[in-house]
Amino acid sequence: MKAFAYYNAKNLDDAIAVLSDGGGQSKALAGGTDLLGEIKNRYVQPDRLVNLKSIRGLDKISYSGSAGLKIGPLATLTEITQNKDIKQKYPGLAEAAESVSSPQLRNMGTIGGNICQRPRCWYYRGEEYPCIRKFGGTCFAVSGRNKYHCILNGGPCFIVHPSDVAPMLMAYRARLAVKGRSGEKEVAMDDFFVLPTDDSTKENILQAGELITGINVPPQPPNMAGCYLKFKERESRDFALVSAAVALELDGEACRQASIVLGGVSPVPHRAVEAEQILNGKAITGELVEKAADAALADASPMDENEYKIPLTKTILKRAVLRAAGVGV
Amino acid sequence: MTKDKNKTLLSMKVNGKPLEVMVNPTWTLLRVLREELRLTGTKKGCEQGDCGLCTVILDGKAVNACLVLALQAESKEIETIEGLGKEDNLHPLQKSFIENGAVQCGFCTPGILMSAEALLRKNPKPSVDEIRIGISGNLCRCTGYSKIIKAINAVTKK
Ligand code: FES
Ligand code: FES
Repeated sequence: MKAFAYYNAKNLDDAIAVLSDGGGQSKALAGGTDLLGEIKNRYVQPDRLVNLKSIRGLDKISYSGSAGLKIGPLATLTEITQNKDIKQKYPGLAEAAESVSSPQLRNMGTIGGNICQRPRCWYYRGEEYPCIRKFGGTCFAVSGRNKYHCILNGGPCFIVHPSDVAPMLMAYRARLAVKGRSGEKEVAMDDFFVLPTDDSTKENILQAGELITGINVPPQPPNMAGCYLKFKERESRDFALVSAAVALELDGEACRQASIVLGGVSPVPHRAVEAEQILNGKAITGELVEKAADAALADASPMDENEYKIPLTKTILKRAVLRAAGVGV
Repeated sequence: MTKDKNKTLLSMKVNGKPLEVMVNPTWTLLRVLREELRLTGTKKGCEQGDCGLCTVILDGKAVNACLVLALQAESKEIETIEGLGKEDNLHPLQKSFIENGAVQCGFCTPGILMSAEALLRKNPKPSVDEIRIGISGNLCRCTGYSKIIKAINAVTKK
């Protein structure tokens, strides 16, 4: 491992100042579970880690009926799964956090880190592959092994976004507070992630020195039903092959408004707009959900080894919507 | 600010004892436990957070010591397998593992015991499913897990 210095940030502004100078040679350290893996694989070689955990108060979770849910970026995934307000009012978020990896990693890993985690693509993670995402010229998945890669919005890089929490937060229409040297702004999660066609070297809009300072989830209508369904190749713990985050505003049998975000299929958490439009304003039936699932995957273009993701995604999407709507499968 | 190559003083509590040790910023907690403190009961496997061999308890929670930088443990309380029981005074989980044949090669055992201990402290009467989730971050290549689950379950019934 290349030598690096370790710096305890005094406060947010201090962290931002230190992270902004040095041309990206400093990396923000939260739980470290993703970053340390990258450093160990030697394709990320920072000169300095800026420990954010030395900043107080960034791990708070609070809820009020008027303001909704406010989560500090350093709240651990375990804390998300155990929070009473989240379990009650945002059950899909508790489910999504619980589905992440192992107890050990949920105990260290933070929600901010989970949203910003880097892809699991084996070429990206392999030191010996100078892939596009590591500023090289090739996406090795195109002619290589691509069983776990994307079926929507691919090219020139074909990663999938690995977060479980991000699709569910997006389904609940969360917004992120982002702070950098030029000040603080709030971004809808729908506008936070970046497709490889726009920039294939990063997954989100954060610039060097910018940090997520808060995750704000609006209050949900009382008849909102949310759930997160994840299909893993290995049952005990794994990243999603595909997942569906669903939040339905119900009105009796009918779905007033659907919010559906898919994981494991695209380089970003993928909002299934076509499926939402089919469900909006209608009674949820097996037949309608079938149509919505077909529409969501109509543009899918699989690679050599991942065509299986199309029927799998349709099934997971259908099951998630039916479960949220309380319609028996 | 710490400079490259310069070691930094780390203070933490290990198995109840406060101690100080000079560490390099790049060292993991696992390395400090095994190589500086010679607490080699905590095993080293994948070093990527996959196998759980390195599981220790940090401020009451199970973590992978291979994915915690030593300096992240500043002022924290660490518990390792060495603190769980002694040869002449085994912890109930250790006894149960022996009684239930939950140990074969034994390489995964320290990590699984620490995961089980962290689970039982929070949830003294876990269901079998909760036990499965509790040890889902630990790989065992010998036992097939069923005896391990049985051994943990047996402790909760006492
Ligand atoms: S050595 Fe830490 S998880 Fe494998
Ligand atoms: S007993 Fe051998 S790995 Fe578990």
